[in-house]
Formats: sequence, C-alpha cells, structure tokens
Amino acid sequence: MDATLIADAPAAATDRETMVRFEDVRKAFGTVEVLRGISLEVHRGDVTVLIGRSGSGKSTALRCINGLETINGGRLTVCGRKLHEPGVDLRALRQEVGIVFQSYNLFPHLTAAQNVMLAPRKVKRIGIREARELAREVLAQVGLADKAEAYPEQLSGGQQQRVAIARSLAMHPRLILFDEVTSALDPELTGEVLRVIERLAQGGMTMVLVTHEMGFARSVADQLVFMHQGTVWEAGSGDILRDPQTPELRQFVGNGL
Amino acid sequence: MPDVTWLGLTWDQLLFIFRGAGWTLVLSLLGFLGGTLVGLPLALARAKRKGGAGSWLLRHGAGAYVALVQGVPLPVIMFVVYFGVSIGGFEVPALAAAGLAMTLWSGAYLGEIWRGCIQAVPRTQWEAAECLALSPLQRFVHVILPQALRIAVPPTVGFLVQIVKNTSYSVVIGFFDLTYSAKVINNATYKPFQVFTIAALIYFAICYPMSVMSRRFEARMRRA
Repeated sequence: MDATLIADAPAAATDRETMVRFEDVRKAFGTVEVLRGISLEVHRGDVTVLIGRSGSGKSTALRCINGLETINGGRLTVCGRKLHEPGVDLRALRQEVGIVFQSYNLFPHLTAAQNVMLAPRKVKRIGIREARELAREVLAQVGLADKAEAYPEQLSGGQQQRVAIARSLAMHPRLILFDEVTSALDPELTGEVLRVIERLAQGGMTMVLVTHEMGFARSVADQLVFMHQGTVWEAGSGDILRDPQTPELRQFVGNGL
Repeated sequence: MPDVTWLGLTWDQLLFIFRGAGWTLVLSLLGFLGGTLVGLPLALARAKRKGGAGSWLLRHGAGAYVALVQGVPLPVIMFVVYFGVSIGGFEVPALAAAGLAMTLWSGAYLGEIWRGCIQAVPRTQWEAAECLALSPLQRFVHVILPQALRIAVPPTVGFLVQIVKNTSYSVVIGFFDLTYSAKVINNATYKPFQVFTIAALIYFAICYPMSVMSRRFEARMRRA
C-alpha cells in the first residue's frame, strides 16, 4: 500500500512516504471561503509547521486532515485514505492520526492515566494491565510519570497539555496534529510543552503544527508553510522566515519577531 | 393512653393520615422511576445534534411531547389518564392512573432537565472523544454521561421535591394519599386547621431534607 503512494507522489518530492497530500483543497463555511485551493505534502518523519494570521485557514487545514472538517473541493489523501471520497472510515483514520487541541480537552472526570488509557482500552481493546503499562510509558515520555493518578484540575495548564499529548501518543499514531497547543499557556509553561514536541520530532514522529511561536517554528520545522487568505502563500524550509520572498510574509515576520 | 391526643385527634385518625403519607411516598417513587424511564430517552433525543434521517423525527417528536405536557396542568393530565383509560373499557385502580399521570408529567420535566445537563458538557469533549476514534456510543457512555450525571444531581434532587408536592393532585381522581387522607379526617372531625397543618408538616418533613441535599450538592459542585 505504501509503495503505490510513493509511486503516485510527484517526482520532485522525496523518496519518503507521503502521509498527507492536499491537492487544490477547498473549504467554505457557508459563503465564506476559508481554504481557496491549497496544495501541500507532508512526508513521513517530517515536521510541518503552518503559520499565518488568524483567519488565514491554517487551523481549518489542520482539522481537515483528521476529518473534523469535510472538504468541499479538491483531493485530500491522509495515510492512504481518500478523504474527498464518500464513505471514508473516519474512526480508522483517527486511530492513525492524533490531534492535540489548544484547550487540552482532557476528560475532567478521569485521572491522567485513565485519560490516556480510555481509547486504547475501548477502541483497540487492549487489556487493563497492558493499558496501565502503556499509560506509564507515554506519561513518562512527556515527563509526567508521577502524575498518573492526578485529575486534570490538579494539574497546571502545561501539565494538562502534556497529558493530552500522551493521550494522543497512546494510540501509537502515525501522525500527530497540534492545533496552537501553547496559545493558552504562559511563557514558562509554553517551554515545557515545546520541549516535549521537540523530543517527539527528534524521535522521528510525523507532525503537523499550527503555532504562533515563530522561534520554535523555525527551529523545529522541516517544512514551513505560510498561509495567507486561504492559500499557501509561501512554503519552504525554516529559512523562509529569514529571507521572505513575499511582502505579506515579510510583514508577518516583522510583526511576529 | 388517652383517646384524644394533644391535637384533638385520636391516634387512629393520626395513623390514618400517616397511612396516606405512605401512599404519597409510593406515588412519588412511581412518578420518579416512571419519569426516569420516559425522561432519559427524551433527553437523549432532544440533545441529539442535527443530522441523520431518523434524528429529525426523534427530536421533533420528543419536543412536541414536552411542549404538550408542559402546556397542560397536572390535575387535568390525571383526569385524562384516569377517565381515558376507563373509556377504553378498563377499570384501573387510582394508583395506576395516578402513577401513569405522574410518569407522563415528570418524564417531560426530567427530560428537559437532563437535556440541559447533557448539553452543558462542552462540545469540545465530544470532539476530543471523536478524535480518539471512540464510537458515538462510547463517546456518550464514557465521556459525556459521567460529566452530565454530575451536573444532573442537584436539579434532579430538586425536582424530586416537585414530584412529592405534586402527587397531591392525585386527590382529584380519588387516590388515597396524604392530602386525601387529611381531607377524610377533616370531614370526620371538622378540625381543618389542625388536620391540614399536620399534613403540611408531613409534606415539609419529606421535602425539606431533599431541598437541603440539593443545595449541598450544588454548593459542592461549585467548589469542584
């Protein structure tokens, strides 16, 4: 299955598997066009960072990847599944594509460990002992091994967000989406969350991030995508921030840094 | 033992009133259990978000039922049930008719209360559960319901008080409850003030602890 994907990929790209491919994707909410034909590829092991002003469509693009938003036009292929065709198995897709939200969205009635174990237990039907082991492992991965029995309300924002990342990791996804995951945190807590993401990147996890942290974006991104008015305005390596080709990105960087 | 107590009623008469109170409790329990059976599916149907072919009918059917019950006074529901069933050729005991009427009535209100509780769980919780590949039923059972239940405890206990008080309307179809037994004793003794004060005190003794409990639960939730 992977082989055909690679064969389909444009020759230019790379020999690594294409995890996500946007082809002229369009999305409108009512009469408001939010995505106006974006094309974009995410390769296995890469960190892709979407930046841009509020309303530029970057969060919508991210949410399309795991089917939280359905696209209105174009083609969108994620982990070999064609999201532009009817009858996509979204539950199967979401076992492969995790997402972490700005507002954490932990389940408040469950402990950190229970938050982490819920989906592996109920969706993948693993046993309780295996689940406990898994919870220990992923919580340790985000530096919260000692908080397994804590409820979300007993944790700081940064800790809650790390539990949310662990919850996503517990499904062993092939791809994780991060939707402005540090926007609700103060600078100190932002750092601890970004370090976890950085470690995941070093571990080879494929990730797509929407963020306003420009310094972080530049350092962690294999591919940096500047979105503007619902289109991919400029894309490249982290260097595009140092040497913007368009006045829009130059202005955005000027304001951001 | 003196035949007449300090209230000017005999022990037998007092006991008679307490027997009525017992039936008030029975009818309240029936009303709550029946109301739960009716109210739970109503709440689920009404809390359903748009989309899906069957869901339109469900939502609007449930909505129409709630509107209907809320627009008719409980004693009239009692009459309709009591006489409606006997027109069908069935002789029903007053307890069955009153229980059914209480069920229909409390079901509509409990359904509305619980719908509010389900909808009070943030949308993002549904979304987070969905993104973990949980099925719609799993999302509801493991993520939404436990949170909705917590929210539901204070208003549900509060509504129990309404149920207990409103069982007194069953007097219109001749059900033997606290109000009815008090009326009977009054007719025998002509001491309306004493008799109905006793009835009032018994109602209060049942309802007040529940009100206090409801307020406590609410306060505890606000702290949490």
